[in-house]
Amino acid sequence: MALMTGAQILIESLAREGTDVIFGYPGGVTIPVYDVLYAHELKHILVRHEENAAFMAQGAARANGKVGVCMATSGPGATNLTTGLVDALMDSIPIVAITGQVPQALIGRDAFQEADTFGITRAATKHNYLVKDIEELSQVIHEAFYIALSGRPGPVLVDITKDVLLGKTHFHASDELRPLRGYELRLDPDEAEIEEAAAFLWEAERPCIYAGGGIITAEADQEVIEISEILGSPLVHTVMGHGCMPVDHPNYVSMLGMHGGYAANMCMSKCDTIIGLGARFDDRVTGRLDRFAPDARVLHVDVDPCEINKNRRADVGVVGDVKRVLKKLNAKLRETAEKAEAGAEARKGWHDQVMGWKAEHPYGYEKSATEIKPQFLMESINERKGDANVAVDVGQHQMWAAQYLHFNKPRRWQSSSGLGTMGFGMPAAMGAAVAKPDQMSIAICGDGGFQMALPELATIVANKLPVKIIIMNNGWLGMVRQWQDLFFEKRYSEVAMAPGFPDIPMLAAAYGMKGSTVRLPEDLGPALDEAFAEPGPFLLNVMVTREENVYPMVPAGGALDEMILGPQKPVAAGD
Amino acid sequence: MKQLISLLVENKAGSLMRVAGVLTSRGYNIHSLTVAKTLDPTLSSMTIVAEVSDENRPLLIKQITRLVNVVKAVDLTESQAVQRELSLIKVSRIKPEMRSALTKEAEIFRANIVDATPSHYTFEVTGSPEKIDALIELLEHYGEVEMVRSGSMAMARLPKNQLPVPSFRMDEEEEPAEAKS
Repeated sequence: MALMTGAQILIESLAREGTDVIFGYPGGVTIPVYDVLYAHELKHILVRHEENAAFMAQGAARANGKVGVCMATSGPGATNLTTGLVDALMDSIPIVAITGQVPQALIGRDAFQEADTFGITRAATKHNYLVKDIEELSQVIHEAFYIALSGRPGPVLVDITKDVLLGKTHFHASDELRPLRGYELRLDPDEAEIEEAAAFLWEAERPCIYAGGGIITAEADQEVIEISEILGSPLVHTVMGHGCMPVDHPNYVSMLGMHGGYAANMCMSKCDTIIGLGARFDDRVTGRLDRFAPDARVLHVDVDPCEINKNRRADVGVVGDVKRVLKKLNAKLRETAEKAEAGAEARKGWHDQVMGWKAEHPYGYEKSATEIKPQFLMESINERKGDANVAVDVGQHQMWAAQYLHFNKPRRWQSSSGLGTMGFGMPAAMGAAVAKPDQMSIAICGDGGFQMALPELATIVANKLPVKIIIMNNGWLGMVRQWQDLFFEKRYSEVAMAPGFPDIPMLAAAYGMKGSTVRLPEDLGPALDEAFAEPGPFLLNVMVTREENVYPMVPAGGALDEMILGPQKPVAAGD
Repeated sequence: MKQLISLLVENKAGSLMRVAGVLTSRGYNIHSLTVAKTLDPTLSSMTIVAEVSDENRPLLIKQITRLVNVVKAVDLTESQAVQRELSLIKVSRIKPEMRSALTKEAEIFRANIVDATPSHYTFEVTGSPEKIDALIELLEHYGEVEMVRSGSMAMARLPKNQLPVPSFRMDEEEEPAEAKS
């Protein structure tokens, strides 16, 4: 067996894990790794800010379900990854971050570009490592990938000292995992739990399936559609759950939550049985907990036991992989189908009621012939996007995109949902473009978020990434402005984004890419067509109505069924 | 209210920080924390006494258990458990005529004198936290007291397979935290 350096072992180990691409940025202590990459077939995309490397790794992981990989040097390189790591932790996205560290002898002595990466990222990761012994390097990488992808996925960071990278040893490749006594996954439910759950579900007369990101992670879209059909139950989903069910399915309601649809929020609030599948009763969904779905019993299925009974008491809780649980549960429901009759009529009436709400209160807005309304922008994108991957940034545009874009399959929608990190959209779309080159990749950003990721225009051009970046430009930090409008008597403090905003065609040209600005509704269609038809990247700046608010809205501290439906039209609990 | 947590964690660099981190991330004050290796040198046993409200206790145990390095975590707050601490208490400026009385009082607590000079006595005592509190209160009447305490260790009285485990099934005692608006 040949002697290999730590750097070589690192790259070999990443390749063995099926890594196709590393998003990274070199630095002093990682030069040994970059020296190996120089002649290695493993692809590397050089970013322009490490934060975006973490977002790109996420974009790739969200698009193809594999572990995304990012790399940064010690000190500032590693700390720049932190935001992207916390974001991955909040949305349970599998990424592995490799960081270099100063040589062991210098640790703790304030060496050049030294930071306590292990300490700083403890709270930003599912798990992390500091590798000081070359003998354990390949084992750690193997373990890191396993932890990142298994159970509830999440970010894992591996910090490697420079002397390990430069050291030499015999590389023993192994697929064996050392026993992880503290990490035991419960993926399969037992028979008794399934029986209990099935019996529990047949008693439901007003069921509501509440599908979350876990359905996407587990790729359980078929199973969730099946259970909804068996029970005749309406389905609502979280921001993370887009694509779990085709939008034209008779049981599909819409997204629920703070800016979810009226019918979805009422369905959740008035049901008698919540079927929580891979979702975590987040505060954006529940509104005030003491008034949330007061009459509902809850079946909660999640792979993470911490989520069950965290925010809402579960009458029946099942820990397991939601796809495996649903397969067994669906089979049991079919087996016990004679129990369907008892509640069938009530469920049919409930279904009709929910769909009635949906018909009476669709998403809507006042159209304009003279300005591009943000909702019209989203509708226009929806008409043209086909099976494209869409990554959004954070803010009003994110909510309108979530409302007006339709996704019929998982892994085409990417949103920083739990952490809500601005600057996510464009790099996530870039990661998706790399992971799924045969699919068009669209990024929708606000004018605020776009400016946070701006440096990566260079990366797009350098790597010829055919990303279509659409800026929904209203000149404000829109969501904050909306809150200041509705709750702070329009005291618009520090939300003006228009001053200093660049001329987009000039900016695009400066970077050597195509770009344009569009202002009139009749020009929007052709502009989008041009952008989507362009073989390479395109930067489209869409000037939209300046002050428009996202409705429905559940105000902070409000109950889920007390939505503001439009300007000055508050609505109390269900009609 | 004080939560008593006993846990088994891998004996590795960073394990202590990770467990303590789960508590400090949530702003819970740690009253005491002891850790040392077990019969299996790759595993350490940790006992923590922290200020955690009743409704948050079950969730905290689950979140600690979720850590990759933690093998098991048990909430012993309401279980029968033997809880012990060690303390070294130094008493100075004792009135000479009181020295004898002092040692007799300490005997009641089964405290041993481990150091004696004309200017002070140092006592070593083990016992429940309450017993140690009581002895310290008493000794303060005799002179100037300095003390160090080890923090509690606990050993459950129940057999291992009957220890309370965090439940993901419906559990009468396990209500989620009070809704905050």
